[in-house]
This record gives sequence, C-alpha cells and structure tokens, in this order.
Amino acid sequence: MKQQQDYIRDISEIRSMMEKSTKFLSLSGWAGIMAGVYALIGAYIAYKVLYFNPDEIIYSSASERHYTGGIVKLVLLALSVLVLAVGTAVFFSSRRAAKRNEKFWNATSRRLLVNMGVPLVIGGILILILISKGYVGLVAPLTLIFYGLSLFIASRYTFEDVKILGLIQVVLGLISSYYIGYGLLFWALGFGVAHIAYGIYIHFKYER
Amino acid sequence: MKISVNGLHKAFESRIRLGIMSALAVNETLDFNALKEYLDATDGNLASHLKALEKEEFIAVEKSFVGRKPNTKYFMTKEGKTAFLEHLRILENLVKSHK
Repeated sequence: MKQQQDYIRDISEIRSMMEKSTKFLSLSGWAGIMAGVYALIGAYIAYKVLYFNPDEIIYSSASERHYTGGIVKLVLLALSVLVLAVGTAVFFSSRRAAKRNEKFWNATSRRLLVNMGVPLVIGGILILILISKGYVGLVAPLTLIFYGLSLFIASRYTFEDVKILGLIQVVLGLISSYYIGYGLLFWALGFGVAHIAYGIYIHFKYER
Repeated sequence: MKISVNGLHKAFESRIRLGIMSALAVNETLDFNALKEYLDATDGNLASHLKALEKEEFIAVEKSFVGRKPNTKYFMTKEGKTAFLEHLRILENLVKSHK
C-alpha cells in the first residue's frame, strides 16, 4: 500500500509534468538583463559612432547619400546585438534548465521559439523591405511593435509576466511611430531599459 | 477495471504512466519524442508504458507521415480523461483525509 507521502509526491509530479509540458520556465532573468545591456551599448554606438538618428520617415536625397554606407553598418550592428542577446539567453537558460532537471531543448521550448518566430520573421522582412525603400524612420517603431507582439504570444508558453513586457514594447513602438525623431531613444527604452527591469524582476521573483 | 484497495486505478501506479497522462491532459497531442524528453525515459520503456495505456483505451494513437518520416502522435481519449480526473480526485481526498 502506498503511503501518505507517496500521494503527495504523485500530485506534485502531476503538477510539474503539466507545467513543463506547456510552459518553458527556465528563462533566466540574467538573459533579459544582458540583452538590455547589449541593446543600450548598441544604441549608443548607433548614435555616437554611426550618427544614426533619423528624424523623418523618409530620408531626403542629401541625407540618404550620407547614410548609404551607414545603413549597412547599422544592420550589422543590430544583427550582432541580436546574436549576442540570443546567445546569452540560450547560455543562461540552458544552465537554469539543467539546474531544474529539465531539458533546454524540448517540445515546449521548440513551441515557444516557433510561436515567437512567426511575428519576428514577418516583421523582419517588412522592415528590410522598408529600409530598401528608404523608410528608415520606421525601423525603430516597427522592431518594437513586432517584438512586442512576439512576446505577447510567447507568454502563453512561458512566464505570464512576459505578456506585460510585450505590451510595453508595443506601446513604446506606437508612441515612437508618432514621434519619429525620438526613435532611437524609444528603442533604447524598450530593448534596453525595459529588458533590464524585466530581467531583474524575473530574477528576484523566480530565481531566488 | 483494475482498481486497488484505496480506489486508485492500477494503470496509474507507475511514475511514467502517470507522467504520460499528465502531459496528455494539458496537450492536445504529443509525439513520441516529446514524451521521451519530458519523461527522460528510454525508447523501450516508454513504448511499453504507452502500449499499456493504449490497451486500457486511455490514450489513442494517430499515425501520419511528415515527408517520409512516420510521425506518431498520442492523445488522451474521453475514457482516459475521466479516469485521470477521477484518479486526481481520489489522490486529493487521500491527502486531505490524513490532515
């Protein structure tokens, strides 16, 4: 006959299986903090070194000449920030997954990535098309909006709190689409400050 | 039905079978590999437990092809859901009655 503690263990195993087969809970707060730091450094480089600060949706021919070389560098800068952030997230999350006796790469994390990926890829393609047409001023608002939507969807497959971070990004994106001249500032607020604040919040809520 | 003394169904006595049922209770379908990752079980072990649950008609299989690779998806049947919820209810009562 089973003992009392066996029943309790059964119930807690049922609960943990239901949780890990629907939600990826090994996201690390450190991943968010570091992603925010990279974003702030990236924004600083874009502003100070590449002199990127679009103040109109479309560039006039004069400023376009000024930026043609800059845009390629800017896209490369954005890509390196992205690769660093994703790499760090994978590093911290796989470490956390190992600590929680969970696999980092399982059906849940795959589902999370696929669902996040759809809005991100659509947004990415749209942004590249707009850049090629010279609508550089829309890059910051649209990256914020599509990233925010992707987080909003992702919250179904990980911490609920991600939904709030997603909404913050979308709202910042919408505001910055109205105030185009402050695009880089809003971008730094969303990808930098919001990530860091969220990372600290997750770290203290779930990792201690 | 095979019921043991305390009212708990025998099919749920193993940790792996209970795990399979818990995962399928909250996912529409899961394939073999997903279950394997969640349960950290070997192929043979998992397959035999799945067979047992299938025989009990608590879960059912949906076979299809992804390209040329066969893809086996498992899902919980109505009977399975009822039995699992009943199992949970009894477990909770057993824990409560002792407090």
